[in-house]
Amino acid sequence: MSILVENLTKIYGSQKAVDSISFSIDAGEIVGFLGPNGAGKSTTMKILSGFIPASSGTAEVLGLDVSKNELEVKRKIGYLPELNPLYNDMYVSEYLQFNANMYRIKNAKEEINRIIDVTGLTLERKKKIGQLSKGYKQRVGIAQALINDPDVLILDEPTSGLDPNQMTEIRQLIVSLGKDKTILLSTHIMQEVEAMCNRVIIINNGKIVADDDVTSLKSIIGNESNAMIVRFRDDISINDLRKQKGIESVKERINNSFEIVASEKVNLPEVLFKYALENNTIILEQKEVSSSLESVFQRLTKDV
Amino acid sequence: MYSIFLKEIRSFLSSLIAYVVIIVFLLLVGLFTWVFAEGNVLSLGYSNLDVLFFVAPWVFVFLISAITMRSFSEEIRQGTFETLSTKPITDFQIILGKYFAAICLVAFAILPTLLYFYSIYQLGLPKGNIDVGATWGSYIGLLMLGACYAAIGIFASAITSNQIIAFILGMFLCFFFYVGFQQLSNLSLFGGLDHLIQWLGIQYHYDSISRGVVDTRDIIYFVSVITGFLGLTYLVLDRRKW
Repeated sequence: MSILVENLTKIYGSQKAVDSISFSIDAGEIVGFLGPNGAGKSTTMKILSGFIPASSGTAEVLGLDVSKNELEVKRKIGYLPELNPLYNDMYVSEYLQFNANMYRIKNAKEEINRIIDVTGLTLERKKKIGQLSKGYKQRVGIAQALINDPDVLILDEPTSGLDPNQMTEIRQLIVSLGKDKTILLSTHIMQEVEAMCNRVIIINNGKIVADDDVTSLKSIIGNESNAMIVRFRDDISINDLRKQKGIESVKERINNSFEIVASEKVNLPEVLFKYALENNTIILEQKEVSSSLESVFQRLTKDV
Repeated sequence: MYSIFLKEIRSFLSSLIAYVVIIVFLLLVGLFTWVFAEGNVLSLGYSNLDVLFFVAPWVFVFLISAITMRSFSEEIRQGTFETLSTKPITDFQIILGKYFAAICLVAFAILPTLLYFYSIYQLGLPKGNIDVGATWGSYIGLLMLGACYAAIGIFASAITSNQIIAFILGMFLCFFFYVGFQQLSNLSLFGGLDHLIQWLGIQYHYDSISRGVVDTRDIIYFVSVITGFLGLTYLVLDRRKW
């Protein structure tokens, strides 16, 4: 068991940021920690990394209670805080050397070279951190977390604020790191979880609302929805469309296209085709709204 | 601790703070000691460094606050404090690393003034006619005073993420600890307590040590002020865990 959290609660003032959550992560898993802003993701990660203590409950990393063995846990994990704080006036290799010193790593030079290689920073090692692009800064942040070759990596929003290419690169890096490490990463982007994680824990208002494999979580909701986006050639009346058999809701989009949700019983393409025939128009485009984790997420975290 | 110390020293050097502090200190103190009309060594004709030891504490009030204003406030503002404190080092090691780096810089600012001492030693009539004991005492006092200021400055920097506030607060606290208590006691408001209040100020002990007698009581006072402020810093940083 790499990470074990039991009845963890964190109270700020009168507000419960984390409300008695429990979960466990096995060695070698990549787990996505998903939730809207302010759900309690960062707080949980800060407790696991030993930055702040929990109000009650236990957090264990690699079998060690974080509150009792703070330094020991810190020696064994890698942590990337939210917003990736760095010293902009330091050089990349200087910064990594500084981190290596704090762990008292013996063959620091070789370790730093290895990590620079792994994170793809070879060309940037002699640059100042402040001069790097966001994507490379993120790599430096991850490199900093890897310096002690930790078994457990805790990454708080490792891809936030990056452009799509940089995101893909960081994701690939994380997946490759996940081959021999346990990774807990937080995000509010669903595709990211689908791209990287075996498992997803969804948290909302300090409580865990789902904890499952990515595939099974998708399939739960996948069977229930029956939704499509269609584009017609001519203007049509949205009210007419709403009256069609089995259609539950219609949302208008641009260029005569509509997002339609139907009940499960009807065959939606058939209904739409008939409707187009009757109204003398043509369907130019039609696509299924795939039930992504996004909709799972939205459903689970919508405040009732 | 050593890793933090090294990082701070490097950052002093790369951000030019170190050079500016040392140059400004030497310039100001040098001008007062040798050039400015009122009370400079050459026109007064006494072979001592009293001017230097009078001016230096005042220059340090703002220079040391400037050295330390970044130490924690910048880490807190940038969020790097979170990275630091999730490394296998204690908060106390972080504080001490930063503290010793600041003292090191102060010491390097004072060091070149030994040349002034040497000059006066040579200029004395007859040569060497200077109270060597008192001068060394004053140097020890000045270093101790700088060490107190640095502890105060580090504390001021830990309570805010705003450098300017840290700077102004640090200056005020240094000023108050240097002469504030002295002035309060001069008002004779507290009767029998006046002497105790005077004793709380740095100036009392600084003057005492400057006479050339390194009294353990003064050293204990300086060490207590330093320990007190570093302890307060620790409490302030520990507040996140409450």
